[in-house]
Amino acid sequence: MGEQTYNLTELLICVAARQIPDNVTVFVGTGIPMLAASLAQKMHAPNLMPIFEFGGVGARLEIPPRAVGGSRTFYKAIGAYGICEVLETACRGFVDYGFIGGAQIDPYGNVNSTIIGPQYYPPKIRLPGSGGGNDVGSLVWRTIILMRHEKRRFVPKVDFVTTPGYIDGPGAREAAGLPRGSGPYRVVSTLALLDFDEETKRMRLLATHPGVTVDQVIENTGFELIIPDEVGVNEPPTEEELRILREEVDPERFYI
Amino acid sequence: MRILESGIGELIQPPDLDAFREWNRERKSRAMVDKLMTEEEAIERFVTDGCYLGTELYGTVRAPMSLVRELIRQGKKDLRLVGQGVLETDLLLGAGVVSEMDLTYIGLELYGTSQVFRRAAESGRLKRIVEWSNGALTWRFKAAAMGVPFLPVRVMLGSDTFKYSAAKVAECPFTGQKVCLVPALILDVTLIHVHRADRYGNAQIDGISGFAHEIARASKRLIISAEEIIDTEEIRRYPERTIIPYFLVDAVVHAPFGSHPGEMAYMYARDEEQLREWVEASKTEEGTQAYLDKYIYGVANHQEYLELIGEERLEALKAAMEGR
Repeated sequence: MGEQTYNLTELLICVAARQIPDNVTVFVGTGIPMLAASLAQKMHAPNLMPIFEFGGVGARLEIPPRAVGGSRTFYKAIGAYGICEVLETACRGFVDYGFIGGAQIDPYGNVNSTIIGPQYYPPKIRLPGSGGGNDVGSLVWRTIILMRHEKRRFVPKVDFVTTPGYIDGPGAREAAGLPRGSGPYRVVSTLALLDFDEETKRMRLLATHPGVTVDQVIENTGFELIIPDEVGVNEPPTEEELRILREEVDPERFYI
Repeated sequence: MRILESGIGELIQPPDLDAFREWNRERKSRAMVDKLMTEEEAIERFVTDGCYLGTELYGTVRAPMSLVRELIRQGKKDLRLVGQGVLETDLLLGAGVVSEMDLTYIGLELYGTSQVFRRAAESGRLKRIVEWSNGALTWRFKAAAMGVPFLPVRVMLGSDTFKYSAAKVAECPFTGQKVCLVPALILDVTLIHVHRADRYGNAQIDGISGFAHEIARASKRLIISAEEIIDTEEIRRYPERTIIPYFLVDAVVHAPFGSHPGEMAYMYARDEEQLREWVEASKTEEGTQAYLDKYIYGVANHQEYLELIGEERLEALKAAMEGR
């Protein structure tokens, strides 16, 4: 790895931002998703419409919010509603993208943010729970999952399915009653960008981060990944991306 | 309707819709009576040990903190709580006054996992947790507000969140599709902090409304705290702003900076310094106790709490919100 002028958080934000095109609606939470949406809005997606779960719709993401209901989530927004209104908007198929995160993920993109360990209660480790995660993963067309890429987090079976991905394979979401055509779209991890094979619905490596080898990704994944013949390499953050990120997206350096 | 699956979680507050209607007929006055009182009086009169409690908006935004601190100060206990929480849920758990929870999220957002919640759950001190998603809980309030026993929704399907909830999966009698049925949730008491209200309880909220609309209509008792008490003529000037009408409300408390250390849209920013103090303190039992001693048990009321925080700091929070 050569001299690196950016940190891992900045890289993740850039890779996540590049997944979102212009003129779409996106459910964003605080932290990296919010910064990615903000960067996308200032780079290639000026008409990106961020939607915050507690009611903010279409904010100008000039200063990063620190809470999902914070006043910055409806700064210069087009609407300030409530949680029912925005979730019901997703129910009707109006929300294109959504971000979630978690402590564990499996090959089908099922995500755990509830407990770690074999027993539900009392749990070995208690995590926050679904929050809006299950709603986002159930209702938006394309879910983008942010993950720390470690073997203990990329597991064959998650301890608890907080948010369903493709459950156990093709057709499972629809069979469970979830909206047709929705589901996990990308995983942005600390090592790579991944997606899901159309046929098997299993996770597939798309591109590694700069300086990361395919073997490293495999070593840090607790299940068999689909490795295509050609694996790309994510572009490092450009000077322009870094400048906007540091000067405009998070000038207080609260996150990056 | 054919039931296909049932969550194994307990329904800890089963809805009785006709009892709710009767309650609203007999116990909720239609008269415009003065309900202005102190936190102390409101909590004493309407919050009972073992009651089922909800707070809105959850998080560090428009949180009913002055009411929650008073509730802890009065030693109310064995509360059953509906929780999507950052600070107020944390304080209640830290004070050990919660016995059961309908839960969607407890964490400190960007400050990470809630340590008091971890201790309460991992030790088994919390008697019971039932899982839900944010949408599921909000639609449970909405069902109660609509006066129906459940709503069919399209979340929680195919997940363990469903398995450990008290929801059911049914076959829709019209389309044959699987739907998740979430039961109406009628709360005993709800605490909501708003921007302004009159002394009868007509309340206005600026900015996003979270689930104030639904939860206010799903509760048998409703305590409103407000940054500002305004004249009813002001309410009547912009009636479309009355998100909560007086007849839903049992008590009105004047609580300037009532959301501190949380924020209030257009009025004051949240107090990061105070939040970090809690994050640090809550890492241990001793620290948690010391925090509660200093900021809750050690002061007599909200006024004394604000004096402890200091005018200078409060003014700075106001200034930080300018231009948002």
